[in-house]
Amino acid sequence: MHKKNRIADNILSVILSILSLAWIYPVVMIFSNSLKQENAIGTATAFQFPNSETYAGFTNYINALQSKGFLTAFWYSLVITVTAAALILVCCSMCAWYITRVKTWYAKAAYFAFVFSMVVPFQMLMFTLSSTADRLGLSNPYNICIIYLGFGAGLAVFMFCGFMKSIPLEIEEAAMIDGCGPLRTFFLVVFPILKPTMISVGILETMWLWNDYLLPYLVLDRTKGYQTIPILIQYFRGSYGRVEMGPMMASIMMTVLPIIIIYLICQKHIIKGVVAGAVKG
Amino acid sequence: MNLEKALRKWWPVFLLPTVAAFIIGFAYPFVQGLYLSFCKFITINNASWNGIANYAYALQDKEFLHSFLFSTAFTIVSTLIINVVAFAIALALTRSIKGTNVFRTVYFMPNLIGGIVLGYIWQILLNCVLTLLEKPLLSLNATYGFWGLIILMCWQQIGYMMIIYIAGLQSIPTDYLEAAHIDGANSWQTLWKVKIPNVMPSITICLFLTLTNGFKLFDQNLALTGGEPAHSSEGLALNIYNTFYARSGPQWKGYGQAKAVVFCILVIVISLVQLRATRSKEVQQ
Repeated sequence: MHKKNRIADNILSVILSILSLAWIYPVVMIFSNSLKQENAIGTATAFQFPNSETYAGFTNYINALQSKGFLTAFWYSLVITVTAAALILVCCSMCAWYITRVKTWYAKAAYFAFVFSMVVPFQMLMFTLSSTADRLGLSNPYNICIIYLGFGAGLAVFMFCGFMKSIPLEIEEAAMIDGCGPLRTFFLVVFPILKPTMISVGILETMWLWNDYLLPYLVLDRTKGYQTIPILIQYFRGSYGRVEMGPMMASIMMTVLPIIIIYLICQKHIIKGVVAGAVKG
Repeated sequence: MNLEKALRKWWPVFLLPTVAAFIIGFAYPFVQGLYLSFCKFITINNASWNGIANYAYALQDKEFLHSFLFSTAFTIVSTLIINVVAFAIALALTRSIKGTNVFRTVYFMPNLIGGIVLGYIWQILLNCVLTLLEKPLLSLNATYGFWGLIILMCWQQIGYMMIIYIAGLQSIPTDYLEAAHIDGANSWQTLWKVKIPNVMPSITICLFLTLTNGFKLFDQNLALTGGEPAHSSEGLALNIYNTFYARSGPQWKGYGQAKAVVFCILVIVISLVQLRATRSKEVQQ
């Protein structure tokens, strides 16, 4: 019995290892192509590793960094992700506290509206949202976080409310009796308790914000050169006939690598965050 | 209630910022979108009332119906494959074999890469495979486009669902498993009678996520096939997008908005039905 289990485990390990190779391979393939010369990248040769003739060193990376606006796109992506995530975390946790602690009809109505917004697909409001943003002057990377706060509020408020219900009221009331106003009670007492949920919500929202394509594509004013990384990658293949595969591969690599590095460093938090988000969802 | 009373008049600080942004970013565009679906318009300012003509057109549009069938087929196939494989991997990874953490890390990785980037990575990879097999490229054959999308979505989502299933499996009390073992249940019986009923909440969540993701699929669709050839690999979301932005003429935006409302209702109904159906099967712990 025991021996049989061992054999089964070994077979499983082999299967899982083969599967994980299939999971890593696409990224490896992009990396190997990003090191090749332009004319060596083609649909028939994508699987070939670079050899002494086709090896291009890091020229593709240098090209991508210099010419194609990669750095600006990276900067805008970073600005949008950081401002929007910070805004969502602070405002939505405050909002969720109010909703769970104050039992009025408008707090309840707001809660249902937030939950409803989680289900609605973006296509429903993409046209009207982009024109609203235009009119209110929110179509640049520094103000778009307000749109994101509105659109991302559903998940955040929902998750915060789910957790907030389990915090005993006594702690907050004790703080109030000791003379803290609502603001100080929230930031000195509730905020620290929320830390694990903050991390979960922050991770889920960041994953979404960093990779979002359609919302910034429609909302940002492209005539002023505002673009994020997904827009840039989509643009590469876009309208200009021949695609420059080398710089495109390099850009994909430079987009993917930081994500993978961050993931490897804080994977425990990320996986926990996903589980928490799913269980509440 | 001391706290509630004190807090109530602080709504401009706590409630207002989020609610105001919510109105700008969701509620107002949503209501306006509903209204515009009954109008003929190019920009929002010149909308003229058009009754249900947009809906009548949208429901007769062959491309829209085709994209509906495409999305439905895609959702069913991808939901089945993703959940079965993810559950199988989760079962394997909860057996305490070596390297569990490494496998988990690797399988989850694709979720962090955005849909557009994933779409291009897989377009290059699949086109290379097809070229080597001397078959037509992805953008020339709708069947390959469909299965390409399935492969891509499995690759992306299996890891995510696996994480949720692992959490579900680990939360089953060990007493249950021991009791089953003492009663002489083999591993197949344990799986069906103990494990699956107890991870029903996880199954609900995963089904919900894969179903709605399948219907809402956009980035991957746009990047992998772009709807080629001739709109035949176009899902609902991409079809709506193309109706809005790839056509010129005063009628199209209204049609697009009407399609979007239909799509929205569809997603809401699916979510409600699905949640209700699986919630009723959950085991009380």
